[in-house]
Amino acid sequence: MEYSILVGGAAGQGIETLAGALEKIIKAKGFYLFSNKDYMSRVRGGHNFTQIRFSDSPLTGYWPELDIIMAFDAETLKLHSERLKKGGYIICDEKLAGEKPGLLGLPLEKSAKELGNPRVAGTIAMGAVAKLLGFSTEGLEEVFQKEYKEKIREINIKAFHEGYQMVTPLFDCGPEKEDRQILISGNQALALGALAGGVAFYSGYPMTPSTSIMTYLSEKQAETGIVVEQAEDEIAAINMAIGASYAGVRAMTATSGGGFSLMTEALGLAGITETPLVVINSMRPGPATGFPTRTEQGDLSFILSAGHGEIPRMVISVKNPEDGFYQIQRALNLADKYQLLVIVLSDQFFGDSSRTCLPFDFDSLKIERYLQKDLPEDHEHHLRYRLTENGISPRVIPGKFPGVTVLADSDEHDERGNITESAEMRIAMMEKRMNKLKLLQEELQEPEYLGVENPQYLCIAWGSTQGPVQEAIEILNKEGIAIGALVFGDIWPLPLKNLEKYAAHAEKIINIEQNYLGQMARLIRQETGIKCTDSILKYDGRPFNAYEIVQRLKKEVF
Amino acid sequence: MALDIKTYDMIGDNAWCPGCGNFDILAVLKQTLADLELAPHEVLMVSGIGQAAKTPHYINANGFNGLHGRAVPPAVGAKLANKDLQVIISTGDGDTYGEGGNHLLHNIRRNVDLVHIVHDNQVYGLTKGQGSPTTSLGQITSMQLDGVKVNPLNPVSMALGLGCTFVARSFSGAREHLSGVLKEAIKHPGYALVDVLQNCVSFNKVNTYKWYQDHTYFIDPDHDRTDLQKAFKLAQEWEQGIPLGIFYKVERPTLIDRIPWLKEGKPLIDRAWTPQDAKRFLADFQ
Repeated sequence: MEYSILVGGAAGQGIETLAGALEKIIKAKGFYLFSNKDYMSRVRGGHNFTQIRFSDSPLTGYWPELDIIMAFDAETLKLHSERLKKGGYIICDEKLAGEKPGLLGLPLEKSAKELGNPRVAGTIAMGAVAKLLGFSTEGLEEVFQKEYKEKIREINIKAFHEGYQMVTPLFDCGPEKEDRQILISGNQALALGALAGGVAFYSGYPMTPSTSIMTYLSEKQAETGIVVEQAEDEIAAINMAIGASYAGVRAMTATSGGGFSLMTEALGLAGITETPLVVINSMRPGPATGFPTRTEQGDLSFILSAGHGEIPRMVISVKNPEDGFYQIQRALNLADKYQLLVIVLSDQFFGDSSRTCLPFDFDSLKIERYLQKDLPEDHEHHLRYRLTENGISPRVIPGKFPGVTVLADSDEHDERGNITESAEMRIAMMEKRMNKLKLLQEELQEPEYLGVENPQYLCIAWGSTQGPVQEAIEILNKEGIAIGALVFGDIWPLPLKNLEKYAAHAEKIINIEQNYLGQMARLIRQETGIKCTDSILKYDGRPFNAYEIVQRLKKEVF
Repeated sequence: MALDIKTYDMIGDNAWCPGCGNFDILAVLKQTLADLELAPHEVLMVSGIGQAAKTPHYINANGFNGLHGRAVPPAVGAKLANKDLQVIISTGDGDTYGEGGNHLLHNIRRNVDLVHIVHDNQVYGLTKGQGSPTTSLGQITSMQLDGVKVNPLNPVSMALGLGCTFVARSFSGAREHLSGVLKEAIKHPGYALVDVLQNCVSFNKVNTYKWYQDHTYFIDPDHDRTDLQKAFKLAQEWEQGIPLGIFYKVERPTLIDRIPWLKEGKPLIDRAWTPQDAKRFLADFQ
């Protein structure tokens, strides 16, 4: 059992709220769910839609064919009707309905007016969809309780029942199950993971598609005692976070490509001052303003070397909400452990897609600060950048110990932190900083491998394409094709073991990426000499789905 | 009892030119901290890039020597992280009014409790003599060979216009005056901008030590520091005499005052928190 529903309309019509409530209803019925958003860079009007796919088994992406379309404007009918499966239905207002098969024109607006609020037309449609799917109305009060403010709750419940009466069940979803899951988007998972990971200070400048991370953290400020500051620009955002981190709290910032470009000078500042910092780059298609609300994996090459000079950095790409939750707190721990810059690479598809998954395991998490707990031995002349055996200097919170002062410096410096122009000290400090990459090698996470052992075809992917790639591999394996995929989470330093092992035997190696240049393939070739023989690239700003990956592999590779 | 000024001494070379006004400012700063009995570990000096920005290297206190124009944001981040630190920014006129203009503007709005000392020598020293945002119109420099063609910025007037809660000007040669101003700036709860006129012996042959001595005067001690109109009027003075002193001083809630859990609670660095404390937020997604 598996169905896909598209909810489409203009910005400002309440599509997002409606889709959110519908998702909660489906989840409450115990189904697995995947949803993603497609929206335009405008406040009102335009065409926005949410795709909700649900099933009785886990889902990792969206599907291009649709069972139900909820159309709140003519544009939705025009753009998506062709995707409707045979036997599917389009729910819309009677005024929009024509003679098309499967078009269910309902008196949505009329009924909403009769109920006394034209804005509940969508909830009427939602009631109709719930009935089409054969859902019982049991247990839905809780959803309405959460999703609608008290002022409008009653009327929305009424509207839902009104719609529910309008149709008869037409789909068979099978038995409803107990809801044991959570439903969370990628950005929410990053924000929740950051809270769990002990982030105490967040500064950022709003930029799609990263903004919802800041919004969620901001909502929790008073309750958690953290501080979220909206900075005047991205330059201020990252410098503030560095200042807060220097002073001793866990600090983080998030942005998207253009904002990340502005932050590059300060990436080097974090590097040379050895200040722990986590920066999330939520990618959207560039260059310049690009496609502000859409998705791409176009910043990989850039972030690998962003900033002048050489600093050690770690780059982790996140794959799905669950992965994002655990990786962000790993990133925070690693940043503290190695006094290092960690860049978490996500994208619009990751950030704005929601999935059901098991509740996260908070009990397994630890906040590891690696801070000096006792008066440092060198307290009379404290050496912030003491040259130790592995290069990691003891880190003291300024002001924590009477008599101990901590000097951080963006200039090349001596062990005390004072400016130096000594060639010997430059070498020692460069080696000290760059040695962190060697230490990191020991705790890299290898890319996960999906598919049959000894594949004839090996796909390479990273980050948010994991879901669609995983599903594509499953489909092809079922068809008897010997294919597998390595999906990278840790990207820099590049983990090599699995890559070398699987690449050695594959006949063809295909990189699947959402960019034009095949940036991951370039990185792999640069680091290992392993060459991808084929590429499946996409750069139209829309996310991959398994169906198109399968089709393109068949057409372009096999 | 004042602390020994030697407490703030730092061993090592100093890269400033002999005769530079920076030496006076540094000496006054050390004496002021000693007088106020602020121990080195309680103080954080934050700077950008430039000669004035080297101050954290020449004083024994916590220090963060960051990027050009970017002294204010890390200072704000550090203060929000640890409100117990006495945060003092030391930067030059180019660093603050040029490269860092946007941060200055918005941090006056934030009104975070920190002292911002601008070493204003009306020239770019470290890059060898170009005009700065405060260089006079028509002044010939190593870069503006036929004279500066843009109007100078008036930092005092600008800060007043932006609603800065503490606006002062002093002169590096007027040590006692500067110390008095700094003491009040440190005690002031909110963002305190202290523009300190200072000679550049290498690159500004116009605004010399003597020139400042001849052209400055002290504001009447009875000046009403809460009178914004009068402050503006004083701020416009330059050609006939440059007023030194505290132009304006009012108390308004600081950013920390407006974050109740930070105002009432412990510094952010002492926040007790475990991953399990965040577990309750899972309910948002259930």
